[in-house]
Amino acid sequence: MSSIALNLRTRPSGRPGALGLGISTLWLSLIVLLPLAAVVVRSTEGGFDTFWNAVSSRQAVAALRFTLEVSLLSTLINAVCGTLIAWVLVRDRFRGKRLVNALIDLPFALPTIVAGLTLLALYGPRSPVGINVAFTQFAVLLALLFVTLPFVIRSVQPVLLELDRDMEEAAASLGARPGVIFARVIMPALLPAILSGAALAFARGVGEFGSVVLISGNVPFDTQVASVFVYKQIESDNPGGAAAVSVVLLGLSLLVLVAIRTAGAWGSRHER
Amino acid sequence: MSVDRPTRIGLRVVALGYLAVLLLVPVGLVFYRTFEKGLGFVWDSITTPAAIHALFLTLEVAAITVPLNAAFGVLAALALVRGRFPGRRLLDALIDLPFAISPVVVGLALLLVFGRTGWLGPALADAGIQVIFSVPGIVLATVFVSMPFVVREVAPVLKEIGEEQEQAAATLGAGAWQTFWRVTLPAVRWGLAYGVVLSTARAIGEFGAVSVVSGKIAGETETLTLLVEKRFQNFDLAGAYAASALLALIALGTLLAMSVIGARKSEA
Repeated sequence: MSSIALNLRTRPSGRPGALGLGISTLWLSLIVLLPLAAVVVRSTEGGFDTFWNAVSSRQAVAALRFTLEVSLLSTLINAVCGTLIAWVLVRDRFRGKRLVNALIDLPFALPTIVAGLTLLALYGPRSPVGINVAFTQFAVLLALLFVTLPFVIRSVQPVLLELDRDMEEAAASLGARPGVIFARVIMPALLPAILSGAALAFARGVGEFGSVVLISGNVPFDTQVASVFVYKQIESDNPGGAAAVSVVLLGLSLLVLVAIRTAGAWGSRHER
Repeated sequence: MSVDRPTRIGLRVVALGYLAVLLLVPVGLVFYRTFEKGLGFVWDSITTPAAIHALFLTLEVAAITVPLNAAFGVLAALALVRGRFPGRRLLDALIDLPFAISPVVVGLALLLVFGRTGWLGPALADAGIQVIFSVPGIVLATVFVSMPFVVREVAPVLKEIGEEQEQAAATLGAGAWQTFWRVTLPAVRWGLAYGVVLSTARAIGEFGAVSVVSGKIAGETETLTLLVEKRFQNFDLAGAYAASALLALIALGTLLAMSVIGARKSEA
């Protein structure tokens, strides 16, 4: 009896739920999973050796390595700056704060190709301030900093807003200096949010294409990132090579997603 | 934490300085460069036949993609939040995939399924349907990359409103569909609207995936973002800036919609 009652209670909208499940699973499989499966299958079509040769070619290794390095560095910088900006947006008061807050999402709303062109206008050959970093590794870093800016800010902001200030005041009344309060009271509370924002930023950085393609100059062994390498392989009619490096990128994406989920589950367990 | 005034102002200066150098000054400069040559030039540049075609293609793709994403998003959110089935967590995780995957990989993946030598390409070609290097391919790529937005906005709202009102409606004799249209959908409308705005912005701005599958045929499969790239590569910098400014204006409109809808959302 009680199990029937429970069932009734948990599924009042049983039919749209079941229908939704069927349709959304089918839709996801057809548009996302089937094509991704095709990439994996294509990468190993010539056997594992073909896959390994494509992935371990000097140019592919250089591109993957630079992609990882520059994504990590940009993630690190934006984790620090993002936390700082979130703090200023929540705790500070100044004129125009709401406008600044709204503009944080600009990198999400602006098409990536426009982002690249935008950075090139200020930091390229025609720079009005005389800084020209176009076609250097620094330019790639700049592009990634731009497109991944909102992740950490938007994940830290709500946590900071909810943060109980009593603890900080208690620490202060016990004589803790602001630096200590930040490190011992605020930081531990923000860390899960910073990490999950950073993970998303890292995943975005590893796959980023549009904002990088113009400003990097695509110099092999120097400024070529993995996504541009894949693009060049597609253009030169080498889908096998493109698929092999894509599988590595896919693996990284999955790894990041799993890490975020695990961290999220861990965090919510600790909250209770 | 009550920091003293100099520290607070110092932090504020660093934060705003970072935003200015990275974000505001570059975007401002693009607008300046665009209008440097006068409004007439900009107008001519975005009303060439190629530009008008690109604009309409971009809007057409968004008009097909966004409703599909909205419908999928609401259905998937309902299934994830209200459903109890094995594999729910897996589905939940898989929905985020498009956010974590490189757009170029998305393009390649679609190429390998729908391309000339792909899994389904030959069969579709026999049926007279061309997907790659044509509009359906662009739509597929755009649907792929913008798929999670609506789900991720609607699901938390569904979770928060709970099931009591739906149960009440059911008790009073409403059918499942009636409950959905009369109770559930109105309750999630601001979350849905927010997701639709994000999805629209992404659909209009998508570049990487589209540039792989579209073939970039001028006047046929060239979207606005592809036009920006082409003009830049053809050394038509002013033309590239003009098309960029148009896209940047759309982005600013998106931000405006986000803050208006975002405020409504948090009120509700």
